[in-house]
Amino acid sequence: MILLTPTKLYTPLTDEAIEKLRVGQRVLLNGVVLTARDAAHKKLNKLLELGVKLPFSLQGTVIYYVAPTPAKPGQVIGSAGPTTSSRMDIYTPRLLALGIKGTIGHGKRSHQVVRSLKKYKSVYFIAVGGTAALITKSIKASRVIAFPELGPEAIHELIVENFPIIVANDIFGGDIYEEGWKRYALKS
Amino acid sequence: MLKHIQAQTITDNVARLCQEANYCLGKDVLTLLLKAKEEEYSPLGKEVLQQVLENARIAREELVPLCQDTGMTVIFVELGQQVCIVGGDFTKAINEGVRYGYKEGYLRMSVVEHPFKRKNTNDNTPAVIHVEIVPGDKLKIIVFPKGFGGENFSGLKMLLPGEGKRGVKKFILQQVKLAGSNPCPPIIVGVGIGGTFEKSALLAKKALLRKVGEPNPLREIAALEKELLQDINSLGFGPQGLGGSITALAVHIEIYPCHMASLPVAVNINCFAHRQKEVIL
Repeated sequence: MILLTPTKLYTPLTDEAIEKLRVGQRVLLNGVVLTARDAAHKKLNKLLELGVKLPFSLQGTVIYYVAPTPAKPGQVIGSAGPTTSSRMDIYTPRLLALGIKGTIGHGKRSHQVVRSLKKYKSVYFIAVGGTAALITKSIKASRVIAFPELGPEAIHELIVENFPIIVANDIFGGDIYEEGWKRYALKS
Repeated sequence: MLKHIQAQTITDNVARLCQEANYCLGKDVLTLLLKAKEEEYSPLGKEVLQQVLENARIAREELVPLCQDTGMTVIFVELGQQVCIVGGDFTKAINEGVRYGYKEGYLRMSVVEHPFKRKNTNDNTPAVIHVEIVPGDKLKIIVFPKGFGGENFSGLKMLLPGEGKRGVKKFILQQVKLAGSNPCPPIIVGVGIGGTFEKSALLAKKALLRKVGEPNPLREIAALEKELLQDINSLGFGPQGLGGSITALAVHIEIYPCHMASLPVAVNINCFAHRQKEVIL
C-alpha cells in the first residue's frame, strides 16, 4: 500500500492528478495553498448561508488548516504546522462542493467528510502535526487575502515548494487511519 | 526572615521560560522519542518520528517555535511562605511575563477573551495560574504552554467506588480511544485519581509535570502506569495515529484521598510537543 517515493504535485490540482493518488502516498506539493481554520471556516459558512459571493474562488484550491506563529525578522512566515482537522468537519462537505481539491491538516475525518471526498473528487492530505519548524521551510511566500481581522486565523495565500504531505483519504474511500489501526492493533 | 523577590524578576523569568519552552523540547521527551523511533514497528511511524526529531533540532538551533500552537500558558507556582513579593502585583507580574515573552519570542497569540465572542486578547493572557504555598524561602515557577490538540480530548468522570481499578483503567482507555489520531500521538497521558471533581483534574495536569517516563514512587501506582502504557500501545494508533506500536510515550498517574462515596478520575492528554521549563528563585 505505502509508496515510499514521494510524488510531486502542482496546483491547481486536476482530477487526473487526483485519480492517481492512493492512501499512504507521500506527496511534495508545489504551488498555491490557502490557509483557513476554525474562525475562517465559520465566516465562509456564514457568507454562504447569507448567499453572499465568497471573496475568492475555491475551485481547484488546496486548503491548509493552520494558524502560524508570527514571522521573525527575515522569515516569510513563522512556524506553520497543521491543526486538528476534525474541528473543520462540520463545514467541509459544503466547501468541497465548491471545488476544493485538497485539504491538509492532521487527524482522522468524519464519515460525512470521507463520503464527500469521494463524491466531489477531493483528497485529504496530512502533514505531520507538531513539526511546524520543519514544515515552514517549504513555504516560500505568504500574504493575507481575506479576513485580516482574524489575526493568525486570517486566510493567507501561501506559495509552497515541495511541501511534504501524505495522502490520508483518497477519492476511492481509502482511509490511512482505518487501515493503519487494523494492521497494528494487538488483540487482547 | 523574609526573602524579598521583585515582581519584575518574576516577569523577566516567566518571559524567558515561555520562549525556552516553545523552542527547546526537554531531554526527557527527546530521549523517549529516540527510543520510540528505534522500537516502532511501522515504517511510516518511524519516518514520522524521524521528522519529529528533526523538527525539534531545527526549533532548538534556530530558536523558533516547535509547533504553531504555542499554547495557553499554564503556570504552576510553589511559593515559599517566607517569600515576600515586592515592587508589584504577583498575578500581574506573571501575566506581564507571558505578554512580553510571547510578543518578543514571536509566539502565537491563541487566547480569546470570551468563550462565545472569541476575540483574541492579542497577548496570550491571561495565563492559567496555580499557586501552592510551601515551607521555605524559595519561589518555583513552572511554565507549561499547553497545546489544545491534546487538551481538547481530555476528560473527567466521577466513578462509583465499586468500579475500582478496573473502572479507572476502562475510562482512561476510552478517553485515549476517543482522542485517537487527534492529539498528535505519541502522547503523554496525565491521570488524576481521587480528591474532588476539580482536584482530580488538577492532579491529572500535575501528573504531566513529572519528568516524562519517571514512574510514580508508589509501587502499585507505578504498576498501573506500566499496564496502561502497554494497553494504550496495543491499540495500534501509532505515531500521528497512522498505525503503529507507539501511541503513548508515558502514562503518569497521581492519586489523592477521596470521599467514601466517590472515585473521581481525570485524564489530561498532551502531545509529544510537551513543553515545560522551570526556575527556582
